Amino acid sequence: MIQLRSVRKTFGPKVVLDDLNLDVKKGESLVVIGGSGTGKSVMLKCILGLLRPNGGSIKVDGEEVTNLKGKDRDRVMQRFGMLFQGSALFDSLKVWENVAFGLIQGRKMQRPQAREIAIEKLAQVGLAESSGDLFPAELSGGMQKRVALARAIATSPEIIFFDEPTTGLDPIMADVINDLIVECVKKLGATTLSITHDMASARKIADRIAMLHKGKMIWVGSAKDIDHSDNPYVDQFIHGRAQGPISMELRA
Amino acid sequence: MIELLSTIGMVVLLFLIHVGKLAEFTALAVSHVVRPPFFPRLIAKSMLEIGYFSLPVVGLTAIFSGMVVALQSYTGFARFSAEGAVATVVVLTLTRELGPVLAGLMVAGRVGASMAAEIGTMRVTEQIDALTTLSTNPYKYLVTPRLLAGLLTMPLLVLIADIIGVFGGYIVAIYRLGFNPANYLSRTWEYLQTNDVVSGLTKAAVFGFIISLMGCYHGYYSKGGAQGVGQATTNAVVSAAIMILVFNYVITTLFFGK
Repeated sequence: MIQLRSVRKTFGPKVVLDDLNLDVKKGESLVVIGGSGTGKSVMLKCILGLLRPNGGSIKVDGEEVTNLKGKDRDRVMQRFGMLFQGSALFDSLKVWENVAFGLIQGRKMQRPQAREIAIEKLAQVGLAESSGDLFPAELSGGMQKRVALARAIATSPEIIFFDEPTTGLDPIMADVINDLIVECVKKLGATTLSITHDMASARKIADRIAMLHKGKMIWVGSAKDIDHSDNPYVDQFIHGRAQGPISMELRA
Repeated sequence: MIELLSTIGMVVLLFLIHVGKLAEFTALAVSHVVRPPFFPRLIAKSMLEIGYFSLPVVGLTAIFSGMVVALQSYTGFARFSAEGAVATVVVLTLTRELGPVLAGLMVAGRVGASMAAEIGTMRVTEQIDALTTLSTNPYKYLVTPRLLAGLLTMPLLVLIADIIGVFGGYIVAIYRLGFNPANYLSRTWEYLQTNDVVSGLTKAAVFGFIISLMGCYHGYYSKGGAQGVGQATTNAVVSAAIMILVFNYVITTLFFGK
């Protein structure tokens, strides 16, 4: 469904994605793990067209998306949903307007009808109808994450990206979000690509796991094989050891 | 010597990069004025913010400017017995210069800064990326409504400021300097030409566009968290203020240059 071939992205002299290859199959949940600053977010932004790669090809359902503009990009974007790391809710809009945003702006739906769907999606993530009239700043971090999830699934997209869905949440709330992700995605039958460094979250939502290190995929495999990958990098990462082949670059 | 030249070259290049970026940004934002969908609610909201909520601060600026011009010109002109020109001086200074420029500077501080801060915060919290993923063009949604609102609202605001300013001059002239009210008013109208007001309102429209443009541009390209947003806000106000003063001269030349 999504195919990345030799994708390169550099910021000045710094190479962030170095001939990256990755395949996401239709209907699967792929989780990309990797340390901070290994290029996980940049990869997602390249696929979404928020950043333009310096080279390589990104295909969605066989269609090259790296050079799309205007209407064509909008058409491809309509198939995507995205949950941002910091939730990225529009703080000038009410919660329900946030959830309904893609329906009203992207799908040209009438406000009353969009509101109904928004309330329904909010219920799906465990939020009462009354919370729809609050502003995002009035919600806790966990609730904001739920609203962001509701917004990501509101247009019933075929492909959903999750950017560190559990970062900044307590372990229990993190697990609640993981459950919601699994449940919502199953209901929609969507293809998902998530990036995280939270192993508990990765184990819960992944069908397959890929590990990104220094701009390359160094391991891809089924989620249940992650504990016997025979890859010293993966082992170090999933056990969270400071010692090992991955040395933290403390000086940038 | 080489070092000096390379520094100069670097500064010139940086300047050209910014000019190019700004020109591209402006062209893109303006092109969305004529391309649907439009966002009338957002335009109205920005107009309210720029026009209505700026009224108190701009009104105060105008009334005191009018008062001080009356007082200054009276004491100054008394030296060559030209006190009778006070009414004309007040109305010309306000409509041509002080109305648009002072209102422009005040609104740049009030509205330009808040635009830069709002859009800058949206940038650093990924809300602008979120807009794109929700099939909404950020230029169309964030920038174009503000540019239109600035362009349309500032002339109205300045027209009101002109009236308030003339009223300020009137108060000082009548109650402090002892002018005859009817005489003062007829003097106000006597030498006022359409061009005086039109030039001021043209300035206002251009300044409104500049204020919105600078606020949006600096906010849109802000980066690096709270500090970046602070920097963007400062840049938006400073650059808008400088551009207002430069364009004030340019427009004056176009209207009255001989």
